Amino acid sequence: MKPFDYLRPASVEEAIAVWTPDAAYLGGGTNLVDLMKTGALHPGKLIDLNRLLGLDLIEMLADGSTRIGAMVRNADLAHDAGFAATFPMIAEALLSGASGQLRNVATVGGNLMQRSRCAYFQDPYSACNRRTPGVGCDAKEGDNRSHAILGFSDACIATNPSDFCVSLAALDAVVEVHGPRGRRDIPYADLHRLPGQTPEKETALEAGDLVLAIRLPSDAAAFRLNARYLKVRERTSFAFALVSAAAALRLEGGKIAAARLALGAVAAKPWRVPAAEAMLVGQSPGPALFARAAAMASAGAAPSGDNLYKIELARRTAARALSMAAAGTPTRMPALPASPFGEPAHV
Amino acid sequence: MSHSINLTVNGTRRDVTLEDARVTLLDLLRERLALPGTKKGCDRGQCGACTVLVDGRRINACLALAVTLDGAEVTTIEGLAKGDHLHPVQAAFVDHDGFQCGYCTPGQIMSAVGLIAEGQAGIDPERIREGMSGNLCRCAAYHGITEAVLDASRRMAEEEVRVSA
Ligand SMILES: Cc1cc2nc3c(=O)[nH]c(=O)nc-3n(C[C@H](O)[C@H](O)[C@H](O)COP(=O)(O)OP(=O)(O)OC[C@H]3O[C@@H](n4cnc5c(N)ncnc54)[C@H](O)[C@@H]3O)c2cc1C
Ligand code: SF4
Ligand code: FES
Ligand code: FES
Repeated sequence: MKPFDYLRPASVEEAIAVWTPDAAYLGGGTNLVDLMKTGALHPGKLIDLNRLLGLDLIEMLADGSTRIGAMVRNADLAHDAGFAATFPMIAEALLSGASGQLRNVATVGGNLMQRSRCAYFQDPYSACNRRTPGVGCDAKEGDNRSHAILGFSDACIATNPSDFCVSLAALDAVVEVHGPRGRRDIPYADLHRLPGQTPEKETALEAGDLVLAIRLPSDAAAFRLNARYLKVRERTSFAFALVSAAAALRLEGGKIAAARLALGAVAAKPWRVPAAEAMLVGQSPGPALFARAAAMASAGAAPSGDNLYKIELARRTAARALSMAAAGTPTRMPALPASPFGEPAHV
Repeated sequence: MSHSINLTVNGTRRDVTLEDARVTLLDLLRERLALPGTKKGCDRGQCGACTVLVDGRRINACLALAVTLDGAEVTTIEGLAKGDHLHPVQAAFVDHDGFQCGYCTPGQIMSAVGLIAEGQAGIDPERIREGMSGNLCRCAAYHGITEAVLDASRRMAEEEVRVSA
């Protein structure tokens, strides 16, 4: 790790004022400190957000929306009884990510802004356009089994690793940021960028921008009875997704009145296709319908390397997540959140 | 730039001057505070060997910069027993052979103490396995580990009922 200055501002204004181009904001540090250890990142200054007041609240606003502060810990959000009852799919996504220890520390803001898990991004001795623009992409000829099947480019084939983000994208969250040029809202769909020729521009945040909070609009709560997150991994727990899907339905008189579907780990951002959601509306839920929606949701998928298997996996995961959502949100969080393995085995 | 912090480690106040902000809590405990019970496995949050409690919550000490923890209360494996009287989770690991080589064990035990305090797993073996998935065991002593956590959870719940009765 390279030496750095450590600052602990007391207010958001102060945090932004001490920001310089070589600085990084520190949330829980579970991603940033790791990447500083590998040498992939070497900020000259860490601005610790942990003592900022008021960023750790979960609030119901007067307009029916829910606001979650950037410093709320992943575990605290998932286990907040009111939040989990209203947004069970988000809680399930959170609890399917990382481990109990990591979730106790990881923040909402840090989870949103976490960096690529591409092995070549993490290794400072590999060529990576996302880390160092223009030097090439070692993943293209390397280990790319878990890389993107949608929205990738010649310059970069990495995926966004977050589970939380997939559920937020499905529910049209809004990201509140504050930066040197003031405060603004970013619609979730615009937060993460596809790589194109500039994979180093990962998000819509601008230099010095700080995530203050995310907001879930009032209509997001309407999906609570039929909302699931499904995550396919190489082991049952404590592994990143190969493919995941967030599926939420609003049923009225046996028909689908509204639908949301986002795919995870398939692209550099959570993948939503409005036409796949629209075709579900007015229909009766069922496997054939869900298979067609899933095909539409992953239309255009292509291998970026040794990952042809992910195309069929994405279709099946999306279709199954829709079926699980149609069957109803479980009354209690499953023992294995987001897992395709349902019934508990016994000791 | 040097930084002065104070921590309460296993009940004792420790004032520490860090010459360098790069020191992790794990290295501070092992190299500076003579508490080598907390182990370093991966140093990247992937194995759980470094699990300790900070303000009562289990975390990976390898990813926590010590300088960020000014004022915190830290409990390590060395602080769990009361003299010769083992913590119920420690006793259960002995009773159920929850280890083989023992390298992951301090982390497993601290993680189990944290998990039980979180109150999400109860006495459901599947929830315990899921809740303990941040702790890898190279010897694959998982069966004994799950039995130990299950037994300790039961005993601690009974103890609570007895005390409150
Ligand atoms: C072993 C391991 C397994 C994991 N498994 C999973 C998994 O299965 N699923 C999953 O989704 N995640 C997983 N993660 C990732 C984990 O979710 C992230 O590390 C965590 O959410 C990051 O949050 P943090 O607060 O620690 O962020 P930090 O490490 O503090 O920050 C991450 C990035 O965000 C920036 N940042 C932080 N806060 C803000 C803010 N408020 N405004 C602007 N920028 C900010 C930082 O500068 C940095 O670039 C895993 C991590 C590890 C180490
Ligand atoms: S896939 Fe993207 S993140 Fe990975 S090495 Fe290539 S440019 Fe870097
Ligand atoms: S040493 Fe900290 S998780 Fe492995
Ligand atoms: S007992 Fe050997 S690593 Fe777990």
